Amino acid sequence: MGVAISIRQVVKDFGSLRALDGVSLEIAEGEFFGLLGPNGAGKTTLISCLAGLVRPNSGSLSVMGCDVLADYREARRRLGVVPQELVFDPFFSVRETLRIQSGYFGLRNNDDWIDEILENLDLTAKADTNMRRLSGGMKRRVLVAQALVHKPPVIVLDEPTAGVDVELRQGLWHFVQRLNREGHTVILTTHYLEEAEALCNRIAMLKQGRIVALDTTSNLLARFSGHTLNLRLVNGEELPDSLRSRATQNNGMWVFRLTGFDEIEGVLAEIRLAGCVIEDLRLSQTDLEDVFVGVMQGVDFIQGGEAR
Amino acid sequence: MSGFRTLLYKEVLRFWKVSFQTVAAPVITALLYLLIFSHVLDSHVQINGVRYTAFLIPGLVMMSVLQNAFANSSSSLIQSKVTGSVVFVLLPPISYVEFFLAYMVAAMLRGLMVGVGVLAVTGWFAPLGFFVAPAWILVFAVSGGSIMGSLGMIAGIWADKFDQLAGFQNFLIMPLTMLSGVFYSIHSLPIFWQRVSHFNPVFYMIDGFRYGFFGVSDVSPGASLAVVALSFLVVALTTLALLRSGYKLRY
Repeated sequence: MGVAISIRQVVKDFGSLRALDGVSLEIAEGEFFGLLGPNGAGKTTLISCLAGLVRPNSGSLSVMGCDVLADYREARRRLGVVPQELVFDPFFSVRETLRIQSGYFGLRNNDDWIDEILENLDLTAKADTNMRRLSGGMKRRVLVAQALVHKPPVIVLDEPTAGVDVELRQGLWHFVQRLNREGHTVILTTHYLEEAEALCNRIAMLKQGRIVALDTTSNLLARFSGHTLNLRLVNGEELPDSLRSRATQNNGMWVFRLTGFDEIEGVLAEIRLAGCVIEDLRLSQTDLEDVFVGVMQGVDFIQGGEAR
Repeated sequence: MSGFRTLLYKEVLRFWKVSFQTVAAPVITALLYLLIFSHVLDSHVQINGVRYTAFLIPGLVMMSVLQNAFANSSSSLIQSKVTGSVVFVLLPPISYVEFFLAYMVAAMLRGLMVGVGVLAVTGWFAPLGFFVAPAWILVFAVSGGSIMGSLGMIAGIWADKFDQLAGFQNFLIMPLTMLSGVFYSIHSLPIFWQRVSHFNPVFYMIDGFRYGFFGVSDVSPGASLAVVALSFLVVALTTLALLRSGYKLRY
């Protein structure tokens, strides 16, 4: 498999703010790649650099081997971006919008493919409706359609399901997964971690403009292996000192990563000895959210998974 | 050049879909100017041996061409910037030269369309005599519309908000066009203001355009054309430099 996206040492400053701090990343053709991180981590800036909307201070990026600045025409032909903001051109109908977008890429008579996209995104009935009159969810679908008119081998979705109802979300993922199976490389940024967990085969986590974790989804989950014990103490009491270093905090719960169930006994014993009272206790399987919270709090489990 | 063609088509379709505001409204405005000024002045004023109403008509036509060319590119850009839909033209493989040409030509076409409309409704009010040199008419209309279309791009790219654009329009474009000799011959002005008028490039656009109708003008049409060509070069190169650098479009 060839390289779909190559990002080398990209730095971007906005005034005194360093939005991207030397990001390097390679994504292979056919991957379903997740880009995660809190707000302001640099996800959208990175995507904008890839799309040529933002020019990096240093470093280089390429799409399917085409440099996004030196060879921007070829790079942009190979990239479809679904922007995060719900933007639309109020002058045109859905079909006009898609025809115009096709024309920008040098495609005339693109109606067969446009019809197919409309069909797949459940937009056929709205084809001749003015953009202004569509609901938010419908506008979102048109944004996806616009990114696909030129059949780009690499598709970037920047939080496409923010504020979208469940039905559309599932329909959208169904369609995107099909495109991925047909060979399109998909890059997704999302706040819904379960989505990334279900869809992405590899994940990078960004924090303050740096990649802090990069591995396959299954490795990331495995590294955080087994189970977590979540508990809350009465009146939000602090943990005894002996346990403090082993736990992280998430939504007012103390979270312990366990390698085996026999560890539970020890934890509970220490709490009892310290005279604390447990208000709530849950035992759960690791999910991406735990990994995410851990990474963002600086817990080190990037063993060997350093960003290339 | 498919990007250029599509972007031009989109820009023309954009104003055409709201042609009631973008074409019909400015024609009505120009008609009102003509009705009022010719009512007051037609029997009292003659300029260069031409009756006032006849003198006024080419000026109004050209003023409408210029103002609407500016309005088209500037409002299209600021609107798509404010709503964010500008990404649709930034993501595709469209070069900055194609981008420039598409917005400029679309603006010029809207200017010409309004100009033809103004001429069609005002032409009845005076025997224009006329079309002494149609080539000059066309040359000045096209180049004037292109300059203002290009200047509109600069304003649209520079402005972050609608009120900044309105400032550009009210404090620069309006005075330049209103004080360019649309309503009077600059020879009727005190000598100081005649000199000032010679620094206004719009004066040469109007004067050259009017020459095409009557064969008389304040300045020779060749000299006007030279000034207009130079203005075009300055404005177009500035716009191209802005687009190339990505100023306020690509960060």
